[in-house]
Amino acid sequence: MPSSLPTSLRLKAENLSCERGGRLVFKDLSFELAAGELAALRGPNGAGKSSLLRLLAGLNTSISGRLNLEGGEADTTLAEQSHYIGHSEANKPALTVRENLVFWQKFLGGGENLKSLSAFNLEALADDQALLLSAGQKRRLALTRLAVAHRPVWLLDEPTVGLDAASLVILQNHIRDHLKNGGMVIAATHAELGLKSAVNIQLGKAA
Amino acid sequence: MQQFANPARFLKIANAALPYIWSITAILFAIGLYGALVTTPPDYQQGETVRIMYVHVPAAWLGLFIYCLMGFFSAVAFIYRHPLADAAAKTAAPLGAVFCFLALVTGSFWGKPMWGTWWAWGDARLTSMFILLLFYLGYMAVWSSIDEPTRAAAIARIVALVGVVNVFVVKFSVNWWNTLHQPASVIKMGGPSIDKSMLWALLTMAVAYTMLFLALHLVSMRSEIAARKLRQARLIEIGNR
Amino acid sequence: MLQQALALITRDIVLARKQGGGLGTAFGFILSVMVLIPLATGPDQILLSKLAPGMMWLALLLSVLLTADRMFQQDFEDGSLDIMAMGKLPFEIVTLAKTIAHWITVSLPLAIITPPLGLLMSLDISQLPILIVSMITGSLALSLLAAIGGAVTAGLRRGGLLVSLLVLPLYVPVLIFGVAASTASLGPSSSTPALIVLCAITLMSLIISPWACAAALKAYLR
Repeated sequence: MPSSLPTSLRLKAENLSCERGGRLVFKDLSFELAAGELAALRGPNGAGKSSLLRLLAGLNTSISGRLNLEGGEADTTLAEQSHYIGHSEANKPALTVRENLVFWQKFLGGGENLKSLSAFNLEALADDQALLLSAGQKRRLALTRLAVAHRPVWLLDEPTVGLDAASLVILQNHIRDHLKNGGMVIAATHAELGLKSAVNIQLGKAA
Repeated sequence: MQQFANPARFLKIANAALPYIWSITAILFAIGLYGALVTTPPDYQQGETVRIMYVHVPAAWLGLFIYCLMGFFSAVAFIYRHPLADAAAKTAAPLGAVFCFLALVTGSFWGKPMWGTWWAWGDARLTSMFILLLFYLGYMAVWSSIDEPTRAAAIARIVALVGVVNVFVVKFSVNWWNTLHQPASVIKMGGPSIDKSMLWALLTMAVAYTMLFLALHLVSMRSEIAARKLRQARLIEIGNR
Repeated sequence: MLQQALALITRDIVLARKQGGGLGTAFGFILSVMVLIPLATGPDQILLSKLAPGMMWLALLLSVLLTADRMFQQDFEDGSLDIMAMGKLPFEIVTLAKTIAHWITVSLPLAIITPPLGLLMSLDISQLPILIVSMITGSLALSLLAAIGGAVTAGLRRGGLLVSLLVLPLYVPVLIFGVAASTASLGPSSSTPALIVLCAITLMSLIISPWACAAALKAYLR
């Protein structure tokens, strides 16, 4: 990962409203996030946590409000500067672990040499087909995408699902490093991530 | 355009205009049918069967016209993202399909005495009309197979726009195909040489058909808007639970 | 940008090879049609040789059509399209790359293997070269138009029938000019004009298809 990161990064969301299936999921949501900060996304089922993350990832268009990433690369959208780990893991079962990662590295513009295999300790599984992996291992493969190319913003939707204790620690370390290098992370979790969040975004009624 | 964009205002205008449109439709049909069935002379070649033309040709015109209209509404919806334009395109489709079907059936009735067969693939117009009907069916199938309305609308727009481009390519292809397989015995239906004594009745019928479409379209848009309101209310109710 | 598109095309080709199915099944389908046609029309050699080019085009486009509904479905379901839609590569290029991969793995091989099967239908052997040329020319259009159907139904559990209803009318011009180009060499006129129109149709599909696919898939990603 490059060491010189823009530290003046700032994500501003003002009065976001989001619609899904003709239903207003949330409205007038505003928050701000600075470089090096973690935002925890909380709320009950159906409150719109996934919808908000997909909105930030540019997959869903908000019906009103403003969303702006200041201090990032010029002429690039927020989506282009973000990693998104959703419920679907975007792994191809027929390809090996290495082939999956090499593809994403090329596609996301992360250069030629694959160094990310070790990010979630997948070296031993490198040449196995992804369909042979357990649920937790598949999750680790998806999370390894965070390491194949650099993106200042990480959008994580329930990243801890299926992870064992050791892998959870690895994820925490990656997030900590990313924040230390001036990145920002927005994560939706039911379980505690075990990290101090600078911003709490509450959707729906507090549980 | 903007004054129709608000559903409430649209409903107000539609409700006020509908009685007049219905009356004009009825009057035009009375005049047109009288002309078509009574005053106009029988064709010197085709005899009385030429009267099918007054039902067939306007239906065919409308079948094509409504498809273009649907494309126009879809383009408006695509550019301005206005839900009312989606509703307009959606409700126009079944009406267009009916006119298209009517044109095919009457064409077939007309074909029997003229060609001696119910259907002749040698007629490029009828063949294109047939494919046009398939486009209508495909467009309607998109609306009915996608549950979520906003998603269905977004997909239907694209299908309609691709379809409009393709309708003209199909028309060109079928015409070309027709000259390739030059059929000797087919008489062209309603060719360019229509006598003036027939033309006024044909045009009156065409306007009557258009007014009928306008009236039916306004009615079905009205019920589409009502159905949407109902859905919205139910969603809010679920959200509050 | 080219490198990313190439990476995607390569991945899809590797996937097609590893998962198998697509091409082999489509070829089996064409073979069965070739058997059924003579059984339906009777063994009259003159009739069959007259029907051959048209029937083979029909078999080719139906077999391509059968593969259409899977074109984007897997990438949509496993979330790959989400990541691709976020990247710097324009989404139209993503869909075009996937379509090109489909052409390389399905339509193009079918367009090459199908014409020799015409010998089963008493096809005049002198017609073989022009049939191959016209099928290869038209095969890209077949993939591009199938992609529209695949994208429009990507999120539907059972999109197969809908794909047929949407794509078959789109195939009408390809069929007309493809068959015309393949049969014209028998008559006095040469097949060049039909081939040129077939190229024009392919180019037109090349413009419309990526835009339509991208727009339709984005509606599903929402």
